[in-house]
Amino acid sequence: MNHTYPARERWRRFKNRFILAAITVLALIPALPLFLILFQLFHKGLSSLSLDFFIHLPAPPGESGGGIANAIVGTLIIVGLATLIGVPISILAGIYLSEYGKDTKFAEAVRICADVLQGVPSIVIGIVAYAWVVRPMGHFSALSGSVALALMMIPVVVRTTEEVLRLVPDILREASLALGVPYWRTVLKVVLPTGMVGVTTGILIAVARIAGETAPLLFTAFGNQFMTLNPLEPMNALPLVIFNYATSPYEDWWQQAWGASIVLVLMVLALNILSRLLARRIAGEK
Amino acid sequence: MKIKNPIFTTEDLCAYYGDFMAIKHVTVKIPEKQVTAVMGPSGCGKTTFIRCLNRLHELTPGARITGKIFLRDQDILQMDPIIVRRKVGMVFQRPNPFPTMTIYENVLAGYKLLGIRLPKEEADRIVEEALKKAALWDEVKDVLHRRGTFLSGGQQQRLCIARALAVKPEVLLMDEPTSALDPKATLQIENLIVELKQTVTIIIVTHNMPQAGRISDYTAFFYLGELIEFGPTAEVFTNPKDPRTEEYLTGKFS
Repeated sequence: MNHTYPARERWRRFKNRFILAAITVLALIPALPLFLILFQLFHKGLSSLSLDFFIHLPAPPGESGGGIANAIVGTLIIVGLATLIGVPISILAGIYLSEYGKDTKFAEAVRICADVLQGVPSIVIGIVAYAWVVRPMGHFSALSGSVALALMMIPVVVRTTEEVLRLVPDILREASLALGVPYWRTVLKVVLPTGMVGVTTGILIAVARIAGETAPLLFTAFGNQFMTLNPLEPMNALPLVIFNYATSPYEDWWQQAWGASIVLVLMVLALNILSRLLARRIAGEK
Repeated sequence: MKIKNPIFTTEDLCAYYGDFMAIKHVTVKIPEKQVTAVMGPSGCGKTTFIRCLNRLHELTPGARITGKIFLRDQDILQMDPIIVRRKVGMVFQRPNPFPTMTIYENVLAGYKLLGIRLPKEEADRIVEEALKKAALWDEVKDVLHRRGTFLSGGQQQRLCIARALAVKPEVLLMDEPTSALDPKATLQIENLIVELKQTVTIIIVTHNMPQAGRISDYTAFFYLGELIEFGPTAEVFTNPKDPRTEEYLTGKFS
């Protein structure tokens, strides 16, 4: 057979190699932008990173120097508060869906709503938080920004919690029930701890997602040139600094926007890597 | 046949999954501190039967029970299932130690999960006692604070037996406890069962006829949800009254 159609055989091998080479190159395209982004960031922003940049407050317009200490602290507070608001609600809702609601119509409706909420544009979430929190309070605040971010976080954590808890084998629930342990204690002390690493991974992914959100903060946390730790006041955040500085007329601020971008990207990257490591730990345990 | 001091008495027990009747009108007395083997072909209701006895059956959506089940003289269907399960422990087909807990914590799970705090000395004593009863102490006494999931399958199953024994149940239900184990581990568990009947009543579901012959004092034979034969194992095995039992025992169907 081989020597009957040598030309056709060669042509077939050539096609195979050609297509394989082509799709290998195409596979690089999704990976490439990350490196281009990192290169661009460090190329433009590395020079603005200094100790001052991390510990100083913004300089007044027109003056050079200054830092983004308030924005770094602000992002930690706003995201931390959003996590405090969002995570307990999400975990309890996830427990409900996986352990109690299961296949009921109500649970199914909750799932659909969560999925739709996840798809609501972030700018809309920001407007809604403005109407719900900023207007009644009468002023912008970090808290309203946290509420907006929590709304973005909840559907992600609810669904991952549910999925992770569903993976906990039923024989563990039965082992606990057969010892005379009530169902709610079984859920809290056996099911949840068994799925905890997965739940934590889901939380980290959600935190990484909201840490970089800008639109929900524009008319909620608003931004602030000064340092504040009070969540009821307007507060600065890294995405707001980047947005405000990049759209400003001052060259010095553009430079700082690049620096702030590096800080933000590294934070998000660190969270992503951490969640990967945790996910690998789950895989290793199985 | 007279059973003195039955620990379990069922009267007209029926168990359902939705409309499907898995256990049909079972009336039986299970003797105390003996090993009773529950046998029969696949799908005959063996597992469903023992899951009625600790009220695990009703956890399946759509499942329900009618009739009466007395533990000594108390109708367990009228009791709080949590109390029933404290008195009637269970060992499952596949070893299922809690993966988040150490060996020590697994043995104490029946207390810890209920939020019962024990003084250190008492906890240590319960752990040692339960592990000794389960013939696992010598193998694990130096690794008590490692995860139970690092043990071999046979050791994990004995850990599960220790966990069930630690809360001092009156009855231990075993659902094919050796079907996932190798012959050596199976033999260890069989020897253990014979030891345990001095302190606890054992009801064991098994597919393995020689095993039932080796370890059980009484045999209950189920067929399509009905209890068709019950008696001392030697009698059931050598001189079955129901032709279907004989057919099963001689391998005509399985």
